[in-house]
Amino acid sequence: YFYLLTLAYNPLHCLSSFYISASSQNNPESGWEAKAVLFFKEQLKDKEAHTSVPSLNDVPLHYLKPNSLVRFRCLIQDMFDPEFYMGAYETVDPSTKARVSTSLSTPAPRFAYQTQPSLSSLYHPRVVPSTSYVPSRQKRSYEEDDDMDTHTEPHGNGDCKRQETEAPSSQTTSASHLDLNFPLPGEKGPSCLVKVYEDWDSFKLNDTLEVYGILSVSPALSALAEEKDASSSLLDPAECMETAEEQRVHSPPASLVPRLHMIYAKPLPHCNPLLPSAALEDNSAFLSSTLSEMASVRTELLAYLTHVLLGDALAAEYLILHLISSVYARRDVLPLGKFTLNVSGCPTVASYTERLYQIIQQLVPCSYRLSMSLQNMNQLRLVPKKDYVANRLVSGALQLARNTSLFLDETQLEQGQLDTTGVRNITALGNLISWQKVDYDFNYHQMEFPCNINVLIASEGRSLLPSDCQVHLQPQVAPPQMEEYLSAIHMHPQASSQLNKFRLYLSLARTLDYSISDEVTKAVEDDFVDMRKDDPQSISAEDFHRLLVVARLLSLSLGQTSLSRDSWMRAKHIETLRRSRTEQQQQCVNGNEP
Amino acid sequence: MSSPTSTPGRKRARTDNPSTRKHLCFCDTLNVTEAFYKYDSVLSTVLPSEVDMSSPLMYGTPSSRVEGTPRSGVRGTPARQRPDLGSVRKAPQVDLHSDLVNGKANDGQNAGQRLVIWGTDVNVGTCKEKFQRFLQRFIDPNSTEDENAGLDLNEPLYMQKLEEISVVGDPVLNVNCGHVQSFDAELYRQLICYPQEVIPTFDMAVNELFFERFPDSILEHQIQVRPYNALKTRNMRSLNPEDIDQLITISGMVIRTSQLIPEMQEAFFQCQVCAYNTRVEVDRGRIAEPAVCRNCNTTHSLALIHNRSVFSDKQMIKVQESPEDMPAGQTPHTTVVYAHNDLVDKVQPGDRVNITGIYRAVPMRVNPRQSNVKSVYKTHIDAIHFRKTDEKRLHRLDEEAEQKLFTEDRVQTLKELAAKPDVYERLSSALAPSIYEHEDIKKGILLQLFGGTRKDFSQTGRGNFRAEINILLCGDPGTSKSQLLQYVFNLVPRGQYTSGKGSSAVGLTAYVMKDPETRQLVLQTGALVLSDNGICCIDEFDKMSDNTRSVLHEVMEQQTLSIAKAGIICQLNARTSILAAANPVESQWNPKKTTIENIQLPHTLLSRFDLIFLMLDPQDEAYDRRLAHHLVSLYYQSEEQLEEEFLDMTVLKDYIAYARTYINPRLNEEASQALIEAYVDMRKIGSGRGMVSAYPRQLESLIRLAEAHAKVRFSDKVETIDVEEAKRLHREALKQSATDPRTGFVDISILTTGMSATARKRKEEVAQALKKLIQAKGKTPAMKYQQLFDDLRGQSETAITKELFEEALRALADEDYLTVTGKTVRLLA
Repeated sequence: YFYLLTLAYNPLHCLSSFYISASSQNNPESGWEAKAVLFFKEQLKDKEAHTSVPSLNDVPLHYLKPNSLVRFRCLIQDMFDPEFYMGAYETVDPSTKARVSTSLSTPAPRFAYQTQPSLSSLYHPRVVPSTSYVPSRQKRSYEEDDDMDTHTEPHGNGDCKRQETEAPSSQTTSASHLDLNFPLPGEKGPSCLVKVYEDWDSFKLNDTLEVYGILSVSPALSALAEEKDASSSLLDPAECMETAEEQRVHSPPASLVPRLHMIYAKPLPHCNPLLPSAALEDNSAFLSSTLSEMASVRTELLAYLTHVLLGDALAAEYLILHLISSVYARRDVLPLGKFTLNVSGCPTVASYTERLYQIIQQLVPCSYRLSMSLQNMNQLRLVPKKDYVANRLVSGALQLARNTSLFLDETQLEQGQLDTTGVRNITALGNLISWQKVDYDFNYHQMEFPCNINVLIASEGRSLLPSDCQVHLQPQVAPPQMEEYLSAIHMHPQASSQLNKFRLYLSLARTLDYSISDEVTKAVEDDFVDMRKDDPQSISAEDFHRLLVVARLLSLSLGQTSLSRDSWMRAKHIETLRRSRTEQQQQCVNGNEP
Repeated sequence: MSSPTSTPGRKRARTDNPSTRKHLCFCDTLNVTEAFYKYDSVLSTVLPSEVDMSSPLMYGTPSSRVEGTPRSGVRGTPARQRPDLGSVRKAPQVDLHSDLVNGKANDGQNAGQRLVIWGTDVNVGTCKEKFQRFLQRFIDPNSTEDENAGLDLNEPLYMQKLEEISVVGDPVLNVNCGHVQSFDAELYRQLICYPQEVIPTFDMAVNELFFERFPDSILEHQIQVRPYNALKTRNMRSLNPEDIDQLITISGMVIRTSQLIPEMQEAFFQCQVCAYNTRVEVDRGRIAEPAVCRNCNTTHSLALIHNRSVFSDKQMIKVQESPEDMPAGQTPHTTVVYAHNDLVDKVQPGDRVNITGIYRAVPMRVNPRQSNVKSVYKTHIDAIHFRKTDEKRLHRLDEEAEQKLFTEDRVQTLKELAAKPDVYERLSSALAPSIYEHEDIKKGILLQLFGGTRKDFSQTGRGNFRAEINILLCGDPGTSKSQLLQYVFNLVPRGQYTSGKGSSAVGLTAYVMKDPETRQLVLQTGALVLSDNGICCIDEFDKMSDNTRSVLHEVMEQQTLSIAKAGIICQLNARTSILAAANPVESQWNPKKTTIENIQLPHTLLSRFDLIFLMLDPQDEAYDRRLAHHLVSLYYQSEEQLEEEFLDMTVLKDYIAYARTYINPRLNEEASQALIEAYVDMRKIGSGRGMVSAYPRQLESLIRLAEAHAKVRFSDKVETIDVEEAKRLHREALKQSATDPRTGFVDISILTTGMSATARKRKEEVAQALKKLIQAKGKTPAMKYQQLFDDLRGQSETAITKELFEEALRALADEDYLTVTGKTVRLLA
């Protein structure tokens, strides 16, 4: 364990030892990098191991030692162009003509001269461009990563909260004039440039990762932009390739946006700290213990949500299904498993939707509330756009991590006209809901990025956006008492055990596997045919699609990994209830406005 | 900021017989020294930034001119610097007779006999000879390139081009690397690996040859060779350090061009004291100001005279990889390209280009004033040749824009697939597998994806014939129409997807807006223009405003789009197929009504669709069962099981792209007979009942469908089976959409005139009955509207609706028999 601490403290030393051992065998291209990465992976496999590595998310930057090993939980927000670097170089001692091979090992200091203090100043250490210098250069790509969680992760983690308040002063003051390009407005959190050395094709935009890498905050990285004046940039062909904007974006001050040289990264299947981060199969003990509890937790959660939804148990049931939904596969263009819920009939008094969002925010790891006011729709940038001047992807509010809960508050919509941006934003939201994809704007063309976002629409009437399922809220509380009732809703304290139970339940239900036996398949098919026989209008293919999703989510919410007849009947039952309610509502509306 | 072009007075320096040199066969002594200097530099005398290997063959180096009188070049034609091949640098004077040189410079060769340029295996003499032979002998009889239009294909190609140069006077010779490779693979390899050395050799060879042949021609400067189409064409993503300093061709889209950068090539200094002039070359981007005047020995007396210095043009261009090359989920890569001299301003942002150039890596300096460099490199490409990929689309109709390259293997698999007898069924079932059944609709869409053969009759004054097939899907909501559209949109490279509700006429066509950066009016093209050569999917077609829809009239038949806005009047090509989906007006399809009545679209527009399909719920148990099974398995089948069942989407994509590019079927005799018969038959059916049941438009549709079906089979001939299938599909579609619900007959006039023949007949009958009724009433000049209606209803045997009654009144009013004013009906005459 102590060994590990030193490793985390001085990883460069370890890396160069790998290089030296490789080059001493006169075989510098023996893939020492791969070996080193493997070694680090092995060391970090332990459960406690990764806790000994400080996390950039929790620890302020100025407490961290430069060139130490850190981890960083992040969302890939943009990818820069690959850059070439010198992997290793040789120096020639003028007196002996002996060649000294030195590694600029992966995250080593980036300046050749720093590692060469012993050479006489007359001879600059020089990079040897021997005719076969190809293998010493590798390619790497830049990725700009941003933290995604600071505000979206309101877990009862005291450290996490403190981090926001105690943020280093430099960060809060100077951030004002530097645009860190967060997707969501008002977000504060560390952002980082991660340099990736291998497998950079395997990373996709909007992936969530935990990166282990070596921290680099050398001020020389950021010095470029300020120091250079126009005349020198004109003369130096190497440096005038970039515009000033581009430089500002690509080399921001390292104190604000530290660089991280990645050793390895592991994808995060979820970002709930209550759940073990490893794959679920490895934690069968944990799984079986929680699975048995799921049904009871569900009852509690249902009661709680019923209370929140003004005594409407059906709506609460659907809300649970919505919260655990996730796109699990795509068949050509059709995303399977999405379950966009439209809760219509939301009371407009006492900022009910806001309260509802606060409750949801407490329950899920990441969430965002988009108030669909006219001003917001016309002004917000929802879709990320490529800025070619600065050569970066300017983020938009729809650039969200997997399984983020997006709460669209349609009750805020007022009369007025949508302008071009507004129409585009509405279209983007519609696309997001129907196809689970966002078309990023690359100016000359658009590019489609698949996503997996849970969209919940709160509206008064039927939403203007498409949705998979609409539930009309039937409050059991009369409007005059609403205020009083709402204030009585019990907000759980941040870290209460019950809240944690709910959180664990929701994240777990989402990650469960699901199957359907042949027997049940047959029964389901028969059921469909029978229903159609009685009344062909009663169920269309689309209804059947929805019914299958509801059945799936219902089973999962009960902790069952395969569909049973009971769950199927129950799914049918709640669907019938919901539909009759919707029809009732429509008749009611039609009756009122002939 | 104006930048003068490069030195006119620059002379090319070479000896008359380069091969007589003692040690090396370089053309110029001073260049030899540079080569030695290069070698010497390995022994650690130079700055660390000196990784760039500049060409030892930099003819026309300034030093040669500073030193003395310029030697006579080829017939006195000035050479022009080629900054694209590497920056000029001044070589320090190194002792020529250094011992080190002889042995090592020609590593592995017999010293003194076969000398090569340092660091390469290029022997200038051989290389030059080879290239001259190539120029003199290369013949490409099956050349299809548009650049070679007008040249005799059986004569040496490049000699003809030289002749062209002598006539036109544009001293640039574009050489297709593919030709070089097929002629001499070794030469090609050298060209790719050592472009910096080989291209100047090529230049020399070409100029010698040219001036030998056309001694009297006068050129602005010496001919420069611009190779293009290096077969190593690469995706930007796959560039890696191995490509540095090699000749590469990449494709991409220009996203930004910088302003012109005047790059100083040579500084002119004048002594303030004695007015002595001196010139200083740029050395690694820096000008060393002479500290002492050589004439009067005054220190620090020299001042730079800007307008006598020499500059060359340079432009930075940013290129982004084209959207087709990008893997999903990643952002596009960009590369910096430098264009020099006359390549500046050759391309504009938005152009798709193939760039041939030399890939470079330059170390970054920590500080511009220090020579320490970072370990990170910046890369760029020095452009030698631009080739716009989409330029052709402007003046050539038959050429598909997608120059997609298929590997031999791929073509083989595609051909194997095409040879299968059930390829048509296979492909149609591979289309949108998640959507259940609707086989005929899928087949229709498949044919739409392939499209007919493009025919050009513009010489006979008939203009172009539409080759694109338009399809309308209508039917109950929730029958996965949108999904089908979305699938098609994802399948084709140039697809657009719009929704009728969200699109306006300008959004479909084009609009004029002010560019925020340049403040100029620019034409922004809309969905229809963008989907030129592709498919435009329009969802919720019925929700579109009439105004918007009217735009489609021109596009769907003439395949062009006329715009007159803000002083911009133009006609754009919009050769797009339209796949539209419409919902019935009453939200549920009413089987008692005709298609027109159900979707309320103008018949003028409907008749422009080749196929109109209804997507209805069949409402039958066996179907339901299959549907249920399909849906359940969709949700619970594993990914692999599905993959086995259906063709891969990429195969389908390639198949379509290949067929569209390479297959152009023509009607054979039998097929045209079959078509004629089919058309006559269709006419006959109608004439029996006293109505027209087919129009020439239907015949054209049949032809297109038959051609598309032949394309599916990869066949160059349209045969009878194609016609049969076209007929069948057309009939199916008609049966669905043009059946008169009152009679049960297929009636094409529903689609062409918006009303079935029986309906028209009925209207006339009612009008006559009404007229009789009024006449029977005798001489009453005015009648109550309501009373008349009631009378007519009482009299008639069949039910008469108010609409019918009003139509009858209108018909009579048209005959000038009566007028209707408010609630009264007055007789005229």
